[in-house]
Amino acid sequence: MRRRPENQRHPLDPGRGRGVPFDSRLRRLTSTRRIGTLALFPRAIHVVVWIRLLRPLETVSRERPTLVKSLPGTLLLLATGCSVAEPSAYSTLQPVSDYGRLVLDVYGDLFWWTAGIFVVVELLLLYALVRYRGRDGDSGVPDQVHGFTALEIGWTLIPAAILFFIAIPTVRTIFQLHGPPPDPDPLEITVVGHQWWWEFQYPELGIVTANELHVPVGRTTHLTLTSADVIHSFWVPRLGGKRDLNPGSENRMWFTPTETGVFYGQCAELCGTSHANMRMQVFVDDTAAFEEWVASMRQPAVPDSAGTMTFLISGCAACHAIDGSPAQGKVGPNLTNMGRRTTLASALIENTPENMAGWLRNPDSVKPGAMMPDLNLDDQRIDDLVRFLEGLR
Amino acid sequence: MNPSTATTSPQAHESIYAGGLKSWLTTVDHKRIGVLYGVTALIYFVVGGVEALIIRVQLASADGTVVGADTFNQLFTMHGTTMVFLVLMPLSAALFNYLIPLMIGARDVAFPRLNAFSFWTFFFGSILLNLSFFIGDPPDAGWFGYANLTSKQYNPGMGIDFWLLSLQVMGVASIASAINFTVTILNMRAPGMSLMRMPLFVWMALVVQVLMLLAFPPITVAFIFLLFDRFFGTHFYIPDAGGTPILWQHLFWIFGHPEVYILILPSFGVVSEVLPTFARKPLFGAPFVIFSGILIGFLGFGVWSHHMFTTGLGAVADTAFSLATMLIAIPTAVKIFNWIATLWGGHIRFQTPLYFAVGMVSLFIIGGLSGVMHASPPVDIQQHDSYFVVAHLHYVFFGGTVFGLFGGIYYWWPKITGRMLGEGLGKLHFWLMLIGMNLTFFPMHFLGMDGMPRRIYTYAADLGWDQWNLIATIGAFVIAVSVLVFYVNALKSLRSGAEASGDPWDAATLEWTMSSPPPEYNFAEVPRVNSARPYWLHKYGPTRDISTRTRADGTPAQPEHPTERVDLPSPSGWPILAALALTGVAGGALVGLPAVLLAGAVLVFAVYRWAFQPLERVGHPTFGPDS
Repeated sequence: MRRRPENQRHPLDPGRGRGVPFDSRLRRLTSTRRIGTLALFPRAIHVVVWIRLLRPLETVSRERPTLVKSLPGTLLLLATGCSVAEPSAYSTLQPVSDYGRLVLDVYGDLFWWTAGIFVVVELLLLYALVRYRGRDGDSGVPDQVHGFTALEIGWTLIPAAILFFIAIPTVRTIFQLHGPPPDPDPLEITVVGHQWWWEFQYPELGIVTANELHVPVGRTTHLTLTSADVIHSFWVPRLGGKRDLNPGSENRMWFTPTETGVFYGQCAELCGTSHANMRMQVFVDDTAAFEEWVASMRQPAVPDSAGTMTFLISGCAACHAIDGSPAQGKVGPNLTNMGRRTTLASALIENTPENMAGWLRNPDSVKPGAMMPDLNLDDQRIDDLVRFLEGLR
Repeated sequence: MNPSTATTSPQAHESIYAGGLKSWLTTVDHKRIGVLYGVTALIYFVVGGVEALIIRVQLASADGTVVGADTFNQLFTMHGTTMVFLVLMPLSAALFNYLIPLMIGARDVAFPRLNAFSFWTFFFGSILLNLSFFIGDPPDAGWFGYANLTSKQYNPGMGIDFWLLSLQVMGVASIASAINFTVTILNMRAPGMSLMRMPLFVWMALVVQVLMLLAFPPITVAFIFLLFDRFFGTHFYIPDAGGTPILWQHLFWIFGHPEVYILILPSFGVVSEVLPTFARKPLFGAPFVIFSGILIGFLGFGVWSHHMFTTGLGAVADTAFSLATMLIAIPTAVKIFNWIATLWGGHIRFQTPLYFAVGMVSLFIIGGLSGVMHASPPVDIQQHDSYFVVAHLHYVFFGGTVFGLFGGIYYWWPKITGRMLGEGLGKLHFWLMLIGMNLTFFPMHFLGMDGMPRRIYTYAADLGWDQWNLIATIGAFVIAVSVLVFYVNALKSLRSGAEASGDPWDAATLEWTMSSPPPEYNFAEVPRVNSARPYWLHKYGPTRDISTRTRADGTPAQPEHPTERVDLPSPSGWPILAALALTGVAGGALVGLPAVLLAGAVLVFAVYRWAFQPLERVGHPTFGPDS
């Protein structure tokens, strides 16, 4: 557990919040624009009335069950054809974390600036084309105007000024996102990318699992990201942006989920044949459900000895580990409590006995290039293995 | 091409393209080399387009089964590599080759044989790249080839070798041609053509040459490291042995971002020529447009890490590269406003080149603005490697570069071929391409916002991505039809197009002062230039001119025959042999050391013979009174 010294204040820290429960501090800092220690720019610049009016509806109460918290978001969601009642699984515009919220705030700013510039400039172009179209038979020569310096200075300064307004929230948010997690006691998780699956280690809890990440709502999760082979990129759009998993070095990222639910993600950096099949699910649980999951992972289902024997003699243990059994392979995903997972093969298919049998029979047909070899298991062996693995719950 | 024929009758003009295969293989004439570049690029445009269509068919619906995972990765790798290196760059090179000497009043480029060498090196390099299809193992790590996915361990096949060796060869071609055109533009301008009287297209070409000269060395180094990793077991990019894959990203993007401007600035140059001609006004604020182009090129070297905001370089690096990237929006905006101001107050003639130029401006605005969005790292970490970026880059490269270059093709086609392209088919081409382009690429913004990552060959059905993907696929076929219309138009024009006069658009610059197509020696008489718009001032009388700030006289049309003797360089077969041997050295690396040594020996021989061959030999083409 890493605690920050009192005098080293996080840029997001509201300052007065020491005694206040973290959850409500979190709500404050995600629901209003905070100017932290990095507020190099006068706040007055921000009070541009019209953009205020159009800004994301950030004063909306967190309690109100609005899925769409920003006006640009609403427009874009309508454009993307999503029903407002049913949030899109991968939407970048419906964040469910403080981190995603910070990102969307800048996104909203930039959307409005660029949309406004787009309309103005295209209209100017269209106007010029219509207004100054040549008439048939008109062979005259228009005034040969070469330029006008005042105009040039004007349309150099205007974009520069607009960029100033874009740069302020950008720079502030860069430092917020790269800063340490807002919660001084975050849940530490190490994410290791593999071709083509995700390994999730909870070093403080002694848990190792794969492809299905469980995190509690309202508590900051602090990810340490690295890779076992090539570069991957961790991306769960509704939790925020992406961060690369580089072999040989570590990246960090944090987010505090604000809603419970299952959120989807997948690898965002080309990593080989089955890059498209490297998916994951993030379960944001309420505190009780998360505690229950942690307990179940720390006291896992005891593998029965007959099934364990099948697992070992089939060769599975060369790569896979099951906690509480002699199987301790480290190359492939840890299969502890496999029966409780909802998906197989890095969230590609539902976890059903039929799907698992199909996966064991021919991994390559489910996930092209899969590192799991086809062990030529006979049907009886596959049945035994499926029963054994599905029973780990 | 009979050297003793010293006439300039129209028949002789058309015959600048006459002659057998040998005359094309050994040509050192910048016009013929320009045509070779153009034809090659337009053939590869079909190849890259077919690759794109297969990609779109695969993605038209969820769980597509048209191609497999590996094939899909190969297709988008080859699509990107082909479009960047085998279509857009050579298409720009075609226009540079053909037009720069004509626009600056020169009879050829500074180094005609080096020019031939550049083309053939590019040509053989492109064949080497595509040979990978025939051995059944094309590259599959993306056009950006991020390490360490390209390492022998994770990519044991030969595809990456073909990719890196052929790009290395084509890099030699680019550097050679960059040197050639830099020298040509700086040294071969006609008397009186100061830098500020140079046409905008030549200015943008000059900036592009400097960018190529500075951007290709870093990628060459990156390729050499990769070559050593793959062939000799070094560990530049291998993390297990202390190497760093991130090094590749830096080297690649130090090349890769200037490369974006190498691809877009020629199109800016075309638009800056076409808009004034069809608005019948000078380019508004020409010095500002010129300096904006220079500034874009300069800043382009300081922004590479905006491709790496998710790599984890830290807050300070992200801030620096973000702000530098935003700065580029300023000169870009200046250019766009000046283009609109050029149209403002004009008598705009709506002919096909203008359609494409205006299309380029309006589409590039969209690509430029989405670029401003992901200049902001917080936004970029959501958009990066998603379909939003696919939309952005296609608005820049397709909306910007392809529309701009097609504008250039329609504009200069009469000069190059001596025949007009059909206006009706041209406008049909434009509208189909505009509709197809927006149908294909605009929905990709929505897909990106909806979280669809790039470079995935399949996606699940329940994500709501199908409908926009289907529309994008339909749009891709509309683009294909529009390109087909262009090829029909081009073939019809070559067979039976209306003959073009020397100056079909009533334009202002030097290339229109001669017949279409130009005589082999370009200028019967070396022009004297007093203005940035020499021919316009000649036709419409001296007016106040920005480049002289006084009333300037124009430059008249070229006389029918040379008034003094004109000597042109002899054809040479050594450049093509040297190019073939150079490609052989690279390709030989895939066969074995003897092949490399043999090709190397031929290369040395060819370069030696080339070096000691006089530029003008007995029987070289001469024209004029004393020939």
